[in-house]
Amino acid sequence: MGFDWVFFTELIVGGLMSGVMYSLVAIGFVLIYKSSGIFNFAQGTMLLFAALTFVKLTEGGVNFWVALPVSMGTMVVFGILVERFMMRPLANQSLLSLFMATVGLAILIEGLAQYMWDSAIHGLQLADFLDLALLDPVNMTIFVVDYIEWLDILISKFDIFATIVAGTMILILAVFFQKTRTGMSLRAVSDDHLAAMAVGIPLSRVWALVWAVTGIIALIAGLLWAERVSVSFTLVEAVLKALPVILIGGLTSIPGAIVGGLIIGVGEKLGEIYLGDLIGVQGIETWFSYFIALVFLLFRPSGLFGLKTIERV
Amino acid sequence: MIYRETGTFITSYLEDRKLFPIPFDKWAMAVFMLFMVFVVPFIASDYWLAAHLIPILAYGTAALGLNLLTGMTGQLSLGTAGFMCFGAFFTFNIMLRSPEWMNLPLAMMLAGSVTGVIGIIFGLPSIRIKGFYLLVSTLAAQYFALWFFRSYPYFLNYATATVTLPDHHFDFYGIGDVFGVDMASFEAKYLMSLGVVSALALFAKNLMRSATGRNFMAVRDMDIAASVIGIPVIRTKMLAFFVSCFYCGVGGALFCYAYLQVLGIRTFEMNRSFEILFMAIIGGLGSIAGSFYGTVLVYEFPILFSWAGDYLFGGAFDTAVVDNVAKITYGILIIALLIREPGGLAALWATAKQKLRTWPFPH
Amino acid sequence: MKTKLWITGLAMATAMSATAPVMAEGEVYIPMPVYRVGPYATGGTGYFGGIIDYYTLMNMTEGGVGGMKIIWNECETNYNDQKGVECYHRQKEFQGKQALFFDPLSVGISTSLVAQGRKDKIAIIAVNHGRTEGQRGDVFPYYFMPGINTYDEHSIITAYIGELEGGMENLAGKKIVLLFHGSTYGREAVEFTHMLCEKHNCSSEAIEVPHPGNEQTSQWLKIRRSKPDYVVLRGWGVMNPVAMQTGVRMGFPISNLIGNIWSNDDGDVKPAGSSANGYQAITTHPTGRVAKVIDEIVAKLYDQGQGDLEDKSRIGSNYWNLGVMAGVIHLEAVRVAQARFGADVNSAQVRWGFENLNLDTARLTELGANGLVPEIKTNCMDHVGGHQAKFMRWVYAETKWEVASDWIDGDVELSQAIIDAKAENAIENEGITPRDCNDPAQRDDFDV
Repeated sequence: MGFDWVFFTELIVGGLMSGVMYSLVAIGFVLIYKSSGIFNFAQGTMLLFAALTFVKLTEGGVNFWVALPVSMGTMVVFGILVERFMMRPLANQSLLSLFMATVGLAILIEGLAQYMWDSAIHGLQLADFLDLALLDPVNMTIFVVDYIEWLDILISKFDIFATIVAGTMILILAVFFQKTRTGMSLRAVSDDHLAAMAVGIPLSRVWALVWAVTGIIALIAGLLWAERVSVSFTLVEAVLKALPVILIGGLTSIPGAIVGGLIIGVGEKLGEIYLGDLIGVQGIETWFSYFIALVFLLFRPSGLFGLKTIERV
Repeated sequence: MIYRETGTFITSYLEDRKLFPIPFDKWAMAVFMLFMVFVVPFIASDYWLAAHLIPILAYGTAALGLNLLTGMTGQLSLGTAGFMCFGAFFTFNIMLRSPEWMNLPLAMMLAGSVTGVIGIIFGLPSIRIKGFYLLVSTLAAQYFALWFFRSYPYFLNYATATVTLPDHHFDFYGIGDVFGVDMASFEAKYLMSLGVVSALALFAKNLMRSATGRNFMAVRDMDIAASVIGIPVIRTKMLAFFVSCFYCGVGGALFCYAYLQVLGIRTFEMNRSFEILFMAIIGGLGSIAGSFYGTVLVYEFPILFSWAGDYLFGGAFDTAVVDNVAKITYGILIIALLIREPGGLAALWATAKQKLRTWPFPH
Repeated sequence: MKTKLWITGLAMATAMSATAPVMAEGEVYIPMPVYRVGPYATGGTGYFGGIIDYYTLMNMTEGGVGGMKIIWNECETNYNDQKGVECYHRQKEFQGKQALFFDPLSVGISTSLVAQGRKDKIAIIAVNHGRTEGQRGDVFPYYFMPGINTYDEHSIITAYIGELEGGMENLAGKKIVLLFHGSTYGREAVEFTHMLCEKHNCSSEAIEVPHPGNEQTSQWLKIRRSKPDYVVLRGWGVMNPVAMQTGVRMGFPISNLIGNIWSNDDGDVKPAGSSANGYQAITTHPTGRVAKVIDEIVAKLYDQGQGDLEDKSRIGSNYWNLGVMAGVIHLEAVRVAQARFGADVNSAQVRWGFENLNLDTARLTELGANGLVPEIKTNCMDHVGGHQAKFMRWVYAETKWEVASDWIDGDVELSQAIIDAKAENAIENEGITPRDCNDPAQRDDFDV
């Protein structure tokens, strides 16, 4: 039996699709790190909180087009509160303290999400909502959880949908950063806090904005993840998958988050199957993604697209 | 006037560098240790020993190990539970596969050393990778440890699930029989843990006062500057990884042997690493005693909270509400503490001591 | 009804002013190591909800068990081994009363406590799961797994697959994949699955899903590559719906995915939506309002605004029914002990009760549990007792399970050898002195 090319291609495709999902989480990380130097560990719990809010609203009978903006609003308010009560008092503290504060925030949200809603596993079928939402019911089949086979290669339709959403989101973010005034002030802040303040950019407002935008990204990522793996407590662990992704890409680069996601997505699948077959043991993907990241970092210590830090005594 | 410096005159450099510059401290520490050794085992119930004191000692060792790495040398690690896992499994295997003369503390030290060597391997990337990027190396250690021991059942003596640690592993050459003491009782386990932890804490304290400890701190504060003034940065970092992982390994062994009495993989999952990182940070990075303050707070907080829920409200709320409110409170507490006192409990305690020393004339 | 903080804000004052409850004579205490939060909360709320509802019903209708009021005390374990151990030590005594037994519904927690339970003379209960060699009551006198054990479960599943194929001989040449949760619980079945397939000439493969199981792309690609006829799902929590969704997304026919005993709750299936239609799973206790006792709980508790489940639609769901079944078994053990030792039993005497369960159809009918609880008869050498199960199939359109098979017996002979070998290993490595089950003194008067 020769090399199974069909299977290999499927593996690559499946890996790329998983990679897109990792990138979605990673983008939220990068936004916050870029603008305030905080390694935001709470990103995973924000995902859970946002998705859970949305699911509980729709389960309570709220219409999709109402539930979506309400959940977005919740995340925006949440972002502003975080800026006011956590970021501002913690300004100028060591990076480690800030990191730990976000871990504290993660615990807080974890308790809050389960307290406000519950800890059961909820299903989410976006197709059900989009069925009502889209005008042309014939095209609906695109969004139903199903697959297409093309040259014997299986591709999940949902994964294609997720990729389109992710692509759109990145496009919007790019336009937002490059063309709008707020976006430019954001970039200014990320380049140099002091200089930005000196030219009159309100730092705290920019931070609040970043947290709000991150909240919205968390909602979108959360919904897609929820469709894929259902809404439950384990969404929090999505964040751990995103860690090697952002580290490969470099903490400050959005393109890096995407490339990193794809590398990890494909790499861990290849490792699990081929390396796993080679040594006859399974479950390698739990640590293999970190190993890949380690190899990349050994050659580029600040990630593929990260800013090179120059150290002076 | 309980906490005075009056009458203490330092006449030599040696005296200035004493562990306890204030006599009261020395006496308080001595009384505390005597109390822990000679009184506690006789008055504490099994519950207090098994569910509070022993786990605090085991966690404390690991937190101390992490503190040596993160607090003293500035290398952030999220692999603590993984290193504990190595320590616990190696201890078990040494006990299982070595001849009669092996005893538990010796096995722990050996296992700790092996864990230290593994720590060096996972610490090697720290030569090139810095800051948050180093997380990836310690996370790899964490997940690798779990995967490794799950995939190779040899290390679990081919048990499918968990191994119950047999009582005879606790026996030291029949000493228990000679004195008529059950060496596998919680009292004996407590005293063994206390002995190991005290020795390790004392060693850490002295390490910090030595040239090696000062090298650690120089690397933490700025490794380039440290290398400029001639400190061997790479060797210092590797030594820090070795010592830290040694402590974590011993902590893991205590965790399984003295506390849980079973060996299994689930014990060392990712959230245990975070728990211990919290212990080190809340206690105070770079403080030996702080590691233990942090351990007590982090370990006892949810338990106290559920007790309070039980006793104040007589079970009016179900455990989900209590647990979630505990989480919310805990999160707020951490953020508040980081805002008010980034130095952690140790810094709070130092402030209090300073106030006591100068009281009633603070100026 | 579970109370939320904002509702009970007012009740708080009343609760605080109420004097602390004093343990009266005529009460028995049972600890309740629940898990209502965390990744596995669905299982915990259902199971412990069922137990609590059954105890409450017994307190209302019969004044408890054998004239003794049942009291309990909750402790949150999060399905976490270390927290579970802390809960055990905290709960083994409550208001001066000793716990009668300890049932944490977690392989990790219960196996952690096997040795400690023996020291404290408190039976550790693991309904339908656990460390399989624990079936040997002579080696593990304080460990019980009433219902079925892991090996029964998988031999029954294999028998059912044989039934689907039209006879066990048709299994020859078929390929079965075991998709298991990467934990102590999941691994337990790997070796035995290979043994079963060796016996029936089928080929088998075991594929591990790392905990918690929310990303299964590579596992299902692997399944797609090896093209099995059946996949046996040994999942837990979120791994179950994800397996169904990913499987369907990868084009695996859902009707050939067979769930094990912890992959059969409504809460596992519902999140998968239409993907789960036609999914089949093993069960010891049919779901729905299948027995008199459940109707009674609904009439006397839920219709009066009481009852432990927050979401009433979960009455009759799998975990909740399992909880009621566990409650019936628990209290039957206490009653058996009471019949011999008098109403005020201690934990060692209840251990004897668990060892002498005889829940036959007549007794189950008396208890109103016929149709819910399988027949269970335990003895000194067999701490499991049931060894039989049924299958059910999920009907998406009606959101309910339908029964798909009759009672199927486990391959007890095949499993006995491996159980004995493991028990020998435990005797040697854990320093256990087994008792002699043929000696009446050690069998009937052990520790009592």
